[in-house]
Amino acid sequence: MAEEIQISPPTAELLSILEERFPGAAQPAECEGVVIAPDRLVEIATFLRDEPGYVYLSCVTGVDYPGPTARFPARFEAVHHLFRFQGGSLTLHVHADRDDPVVPSLVSVWPSANVQEREAWDMMGIRFEAHPDLRRILLWEGFAGHPLRKDWQEPYYEADHKPFPSRYPMGRPVPAEERTLLGRNLQYPPDWSPAGWKLQAEVPVYAPMDERAAEGGRPMHTDQVVINVGPQHLSAHSALGIVACLDGETIQRLEPVLGYLHRSHEKIGERNTWLANMPFTDRLDYMCSMSNNFGYAVAVEKLLGVEVPERAEYIRVIMAELTRVMNHLISIGFFTNDIGVYLTAMLYALEERELIIDLFEMASGSRMMCNYFRFGGVARDLPEGFLPLAKELVYERLPRRVDELERFLMDNEVFRARSIGVGVLPADVAVAYGCTGPLLRASGVPYDIRRAEPYSIYDEFDWDVAVRDGGDIYARFAVRFEEIRQSLRILRQALERLPDGPIQAGKKQPIVKVPAGEVYGRVESPKGELGFYLVSDGGPNPYRYHIRTPSFVNLGVIGELCRGHLVADVAPILASIDIAVGEVDR
Amino acid sequence: MYGLGILKSLSVTMGRFVMTYVDDLKWFLKGGFGKRYSPVALPVRQSPKGRGVFTVQYPKERLPLPENYRVFPFQVIDPKTGEARCTACGICARVCPPQCIWIVRATDPETGKPKREPAEFYVDVAICMSCGFCAEFCPFDAIKMDHDYEVAAYKRDGEFLWNLERLAKPLAYHAEIHPTDYMAEQTARGRKAVREKK
Repeated sequence: MAEEIQISPPTAELLSILEERFPGAAQPAECEGVVIAPDRLVEIATFLRDEPGYVYLSCVTGVDYPGPTARFPARFEAVHHLFRFQGGSLTLHVHADRDDPVVPSLVSVWPSANVQEREAWDMMGIRFEAHPDLRRILLWEGFAGHPLRKDWQEPYYEADHKPFPSRYPMGRPVPAEERTLLGRNLQYPPDWSPAGWKLQAEVPVYAPMDERAAEGGRPMHTDQVVINVGPQHLSAHSALGIVACLDGETIQRLEPVLGYLHRSHEKIGERNTWLANMPFTDRLDYMCSMSNNFGYAVAVEKLLGVEVPERAEYIRVIMAELTRVMNHLISIGFFTNDIGVYLTAMLYALEERELIIDLFEMASGSRMMCNYFRFGGVARDLPEGFLPLAKELVYERLPRRVDELERFLMDNEVFRARSIGVGVLPADVAVAYGCTGPLLRASGVPYDIRRAEPYSIYDEFDWDVAVRDGGDIYARFAVRFEEIRQSLRILRQALERLPDGPIQAGKKQPIVKVPAGEVYGRVESPKGELGFYLVSDGGPNPYRYHIRTPSFVNLGVIGELCRGHLVADVAPILASIDIAVGEVDR
Repeated sequence: MYGLGILKSLSVTMGRFVMTYVDDLKWFLKGGFGKRYSPVALPVRQSPKGRGVFTVQYPKERLPLPENYRVFPFQVIDPKTGEARCTACGICARVCPPQCIWIVRATDPETGKPKREPAEFYVDVAICMSCGFCAEFCPFDAIKMDHDYEVAAYKRDGEFLWNLERLAKPLAYHAEIHPTDYMAEQTARGRKAVREKK
């Protein structure tokens, strides 16, 4: 932690306002933002939302400090990241007792806190008071412990940090089969016995649904039915469960059941070295590995304070925009699959995507798990033959093919009938639920991080934020088509102006030491805001590594979108949100 | 008029359908039957200029792999000594994100001092995530990423723990699959040798 508390001018100004309105409730934090007294949090959050205009709650998470340090006792911290649409960010810290961490819930102020607070409860064990539905979200009910606490150890636990000493210089491999799964971690609750045990994990999922189904008062006596869609379902795009309560064929209540693809990404991330997390970010949203790399690199570079060479920045933008084109093509293609056009239109989109990942393969060596970005640059320079192919694609082929795809879909009566007026998301609901990306922009909010808070060199290009007013599925796809065109516009400029020069600042280091501090770096990934909240203690491993993924937060609004629609509309609505379950469950 | 949009969509499908035959015909005129599936045609069919069906008839046809393509690491064997270039410095084991590289450093049996060569070297390719960090950070150009992706085996345990023998590939193989990289390495090594002579 920094020796001297550095307060940025906007925070200082805000602090004085808060001091005036809520004396004694806000203090400057060690690294960034303000520390709020827990009992005044809801009041202050409401004030911040309504008056200075921090309408957008981006990220809620927790940090565990298990041992007392020189500066503060053992504690939990709940961290909230707020943003204003007119620019400006604010971090709220709330401290909680290590033994019984309780923090007031902000769901009443921002509904977007709902899923994220559930995640923080699940992973960290911070209890959010007055949360309407504080259940585990990624792990199952009955899971022992909260895995992101620093004192929690996973199966096959070896050491707190990589590299493990067993690998070198005396690295005789021990196959996983020969090790005990839980090792010293194996423990049962004291009163537990396998004989009388019944699986309770599904009770919390179905109980609210059954309650709902038992509610009477309808004019005609009809039964309500609870149905499961997934976790293995064609239109769920991956292992995503959906539980819906139906009245006739109308959806009364719908809730996603997550965690089938949970692979403790953040816990692994905190064991890893800083650089070793880069290939792991590829696996978040497995379609957009370049954007995920970008987000992580931007966040760590903020901590490192390195300047990225210009050529590297251009290459990064080229890769990120190609990823955006590719992601939107996949999204459009799979949507047509979900409404029953089957594979024809999807394969039209996948053909173009194939050409883009060919380019990625040329540059990075892998089609999907690119692992191409490094702190302060990119892994390797563009190979010979990349630019002609990319130019051919961007100037000649993609514009024509995108026009063709648009001609194929947007006037088609079937497509229009399934998408216009379905899953309408009003702008205020979208903002309150923390939606980002095409989902938000289709509701008429022209918010794009590339414009609102330009990172890399996005401010050097001439492009427009794609926005539509409808808020329905049709508008979302219209936004995606427009965004593809805008990305192609950026790509044309970037390919034209690509400068010569180095692609890496300084020398590439295998083990990077990152100065102590905390940072929230965010980029506009194709699906929305991808944020990395990192805390460094100055060592070679991240102390806290949290990812705010667009799919996870956007998925929180699906219940609202589906209410009152038919079961057949669930698949199109889900496809229009555009999620990658790898990113939802992490 | 209702239905026009559907007709418009169908015209796109029809156009694509016709295009595949036009493409076939183009290749036929260039070289008769089978020309479309010849090695000359493959890169064109798969490039942005390709207009027909994208399907590759694997395993009869294989896509050409770009030089940077990476699957699993291999150890480069120096033709002069017949030994691996590896000096057992351990950088690859340290940088490996899933920690799938295991190295036993050789020791001199007489003095007991560590030697600059590996006694054992394992890569658990069942765990390897093909990130390429080991090859990227190896200071001795001793470990490189292979292009051989057909590594399926019948048994899970044991078969994927590759030892030094399984990992070893001659320098000529590296030069063949990574021509640009190899040239750059040779120039750098040449320069270094010149510097050392002086």
